[in-house]
Amino acid sequence: MRYLPHTEEDIAAMLVAIGARSLDDLFASIPADCRFGGALDLPAALSESALERRIGQMAGRMAVSPEYALFLGAGSYDHYIPATVSSLLGRSEFVTSYTPYQPEMLQGTLQGIYEYQTLTARLLGMEVATASHYDGATALAEAILMAVRITGKKKAVLSRAIHPHYRQVVRTYFAPTGYELLELPVLETGLTDFSRLEEIPDPAAVVVQSPNFFGCIENLRGAAEKAHSVGALLVAGFTEALAFGLLKSPGSEGADIVAGEGQSLGIPRSFGGPALGMLAGLKKHMRNLPGRLVGKTKDRDGKRGFVLTLATREQHIRREKATSNICSNNSLNALAAAMAMASLGGTGIRELASLNHDKAEYLKNALRDAGCPVRFSGATFNEFVVGFPGGFEARYRRLLDRKIVAGLPLGAYYPELADCGLLCVTETCGREEMDRLVREVAT
Amino acid sequence: MSEALGTTGLILNEPLLWERGKKGRSGFSIPDRDVPSRPLPLEMTGGGPDFPDLSEIEVVRHYTRLSTWNFGVDTGFYPLGSCTMKYNPKINEKLAGLRGFAAAHPLLPAELSQGALQLMFELERFLSEITGLDALTLQPAAGAQGELTGMLIIHAYHRLRGKQKTKILIPDTAHGTNPASAAICGYAPVPVPSGPDGIIAPETVEALMDSETAGIMITNPNTLGLFEANIREIARIVHERGGLVYGDGANMNAVMGIVKPGEIGVDILHLNLHKTFSTPHGGGGPGAGPVAVRKDLARFLPIPRVVEKNGAYELREDFPESIGRVLAFHGHFGILLRACAYILSMGPDGLRDASRMAVLNANYIREKLRDVLHLAFDRPCMHECVFSDQNQQPTGITTLEMAKRLIDYGYHPPTIYFPLVVHGAIMIEPTETETKEDLDAFIAAFRSVAREAADSPAVVREAPTRCKVKRLDETAAARNPCLAG
Amino acid sequence: MKKIEEIHLPEELRYSADHEWVRLEGELARVGLTDYAQDQLGDVVYVELPSVGAHIAQGAVFATVESVKSVSECYMPVSGEVTAVNGPLADDPVLLNQNPYGDGWMILVKPDDPADHSRLLTAESYRSRLKGEA
Repeated sequence: MRYLPHTEEDIAAMLVAIGARSLDDLFASIPADCRFGGALDLPAALSESALERRIGQMAGRMAVSPEYALFLGAGSYDHYIPATVSSLLGRSEFVTSYTPYQPEMLQGTLQGIYEYQTLTARLLGMEVATASHYDGATALAEAILMAVRITGKKKAVLSRAIHPHYRQVVRTYFAPTGYELLELPVLETGLTDFSRLEEIPDPAAVVVQSPNFFGCIENLRGAAEKAHSVGALLVAGFTEALAFGLLKSPGSEGADIVAGEGQSLGIPRSFGGPALGMLAGLKKHMRNLPGRLVGKTKDRDGKRGFVLTLATREQHIRREKATSNICSNNSLNALAAAMAMASLGGTGIRELASLNHDKAEYLKNALRDAGCPVRFSGATFNEFVVGFPGGFEARYRRLLDRKIVAGLPLGAYYPELADCGLLCVTETCGREEMDRLVREVAT
Repeated sequence: MSEALGTTGLILNEPLLWERGKKGRSGFSIPDRDVPSRPLPLEMTGGGPDFPDLSEIEVVRHYTRLSTWNFGVDTGFYPLGSCTMKYNPKINEKLAGLRGFAAAHPLLPAELSQGALQLMFELERFLSEITGLDALTLQPAAGAQGELTGMLIIHAYHRLRGKQKTKILIPDTAHGTNPASAAICGYAPVPVPSGPDGIIAPETVEALMDSETAGIMITNPNTLGLFEANIREIARIVHERGGLVYGDGANMNAVMGIVKPGEIGVDILHLNLHKTFSTPHGGGGPGAGPVAVRKDLARFLPIPRVVEKNGAYELREDFPESIGRVLAFHGHFGILLRACAYILSMGPDGLRDASRMAVLNANYIREKLRDVLHLAFDRPCMHECVFSDQNQQPTGITTLEMAKRLIDYGYHPPTIYFPLVVHGAIMIEPTETETKEDLDAFIAAFRSVAREAADSPAVVREAPTRCKVKRLDETAAARNPCLAG
Repeated sequence: MKKIEEIHLPEELRYSADHEWVRLEGELARVGLTDYAQDQLGDVVYVELPSVGAHIAQGAVFATVESVKSVSECYMPVSGEVTAVNGPLADDPVLLNQNPYGDGWMILVKPDDPADHSRLLTAESYRSRLKGEA
């Protein structure tokens, strides 16, 4: 096996050095009744070329563009990944290193993550950002737990327009804690209805996603004012990080903690993971942040350098009193996001975000003109909820046969939207493709 | 003696991203605009983030230079204990980049994502066979999330039986993630002291395991690199008193094909695919932490679950007793794919041999360094060995200083000051993918450092001197945190 | 690290086995960490103090002190109400290392029972305890 370099001669010499008679001798500390005597029932080893064929066949059974036209977003987005990002991210000094516990020999990762933290804070309009979390959903759950710690209150109020999977993850994390989770309904505009917030006593956090699951742009400033007026923090979630190239940042609108998904920034969809949990907060809450942080410092000669810092919040030091149990995070994807943000630049990200918005508007309007009811009146970014003439589900099924995935049917998530789907358009979608969808839907 | 590994090269300085660039540059190719502009209402839009504008070459040079300040497994020996820094096969990276997988949307209808579902289904079966447990979830994103998933399952199990518990037993050699994961479920960790031989005695568990205790979290082999030989008896006691046995499989690399945790009393076990199954660590992640359980606990596993019916695969959510979702989608699929490719490349014999060679390498280092470094527990180890700086105490040189000096020799230091039960611990895990020659060179380097500790301690205290930066001031970083520029 | 003989322990103070010192100031008691404790901790990077007005029982945690890689809890040497905390410690935790009995004090307490103070260790008995620990 090419990954195991030992020759018979090596093994013999090493056993002599150890003073063992056989390899089995090395396992003498394992009692006989704990040993597995048989051979593992696994496929025999494959050569590299056979492996490539086998995995390649599986990869061939997946619907991807350009063979398929996909109008599917809902938390995982098709954005072009520049060749520079893939190439630079593939550098094995980044890929094959461990968490930078020895900072002197991992300054590349450390400066890279410090830059990621900085660009993330700027993108979200916040003061500090963590080094990454697993995905948008877990980042949101951790953000709400953080609000509970800060306020000492035991209840969180979530908009029903937050991604349904994100709400499920939050429920999983909260289930054993005894903290209460309540939901706010959605208005006809597609925006969160805050009218009954005041009836809920003592919430730790009001949690809103913007753009929300329906693509609608929430009024975060209004949400922040309402949250603060009942003594809660505003936790702002997001699934489409690119939106903040164009929209006002959650921080500038008054959010106290911002958490969401950064997959749009240079990370392949990869069937949903690994993605990138982004989490940012205010300096005054710094010691309540979950997860790793990189900080700037100096070396013995006074030269700038970077280290993991404020580690006393973390599990390896504070153990059961840690702000989170997270250890491994999604560092390499954070680096990818930094590379993508650096490649785009301030000018580029605005241009790209506008193009995304305008493309989605084009399809939304074309579908509306073709007789498809657009469900919500609120302004949207990249995604929107729409019905198809003759029923969404039937038409959606028929389009699958024509290699078009016309969004995500919403009935399973929102019974009241059983006849609607969530459609998504990004810069990778050409006008011709959109026109074809409209034609197929209208006929 | 051949030439020393560590040397100096031309290292280039590189400023921070925003110290470069000029407004108006771009490193991104924006597609042509083929639709009309439809501006959003002004009150919704902002000025855009304050990012630097960089050209493509600036981005490329920036990250290329940064990468040269890093040390990875591809650069050299990385004997970081408990982290299993084995070689990460290149073919697996190539396969993860296949368009069919890399571009796959997680919410595709099942009939359009059979390839990914098949891969997940098969990987579940492989891991089930390796662990000796019946059912699996691939969803947890990392070892710590696997632990959390396991704790949630234990919590759901006790709740369903009508009597929630308040405590959980955790050996004093455990990773910090164990108590932190248990605490999220409201379980107070009860430390279980390891015995003089470095392992847990059944009597200790017997004395602590009461009706308020949900179970035990046990790492086996433990973080001292020792096999918990009393595991069956410990499991019997815990089960008899209504508890469950959670196995932390972080150290599974020692026992693949040699021990099946499911057969020796473990009810729930997480694996670290980024350790045992060769997926790269990426400077801190992403990893993956699948959780395996015995049959009767399968109903608690996270949703959705991959199910096969007549050769077709689907994702199902109708498991009413499930703990729910732990991640937005189906887990770190890109990592799962690499681990699956690794298992297929190794085959059953290859996996067993990997564990054998990992244990051989660790015992070899243990034997070859034991006369210069103090052995915490003088008995054969599994995949890692734990020394301390006790022998160096008269010189005043500590574990930290020796670790830093190893850097100058061209090695990533071992894990230091862990496990906590060994004062000044030096935890070395060579893994199976290192050659005897490289082990010999590392051993010679460590012996040389130990000699320097006695003969020229100033040199050791000054280390490292061959990196981009010298010893960094972590105190200043923590006193006045600067987390963004 | 200092040898036990080098540890500075003012005679007029009382000490707890958990390494806090107490100075009686009229009806109030000033509390801080001993020279031994600060020496063991190394460079203190952060101190978290209780809020003024909190009532904390003897033996309960009243503060946490962090170095780069450790967190230590400080236990109340006498039961009582916190009447003041050393604000400057938050910005300048190094005071705790430099002057543990002066600028590095932590909290001022109104003890429930002034007699608690006399039940604490004298400098001499605290030092002999330290020798026992070492």
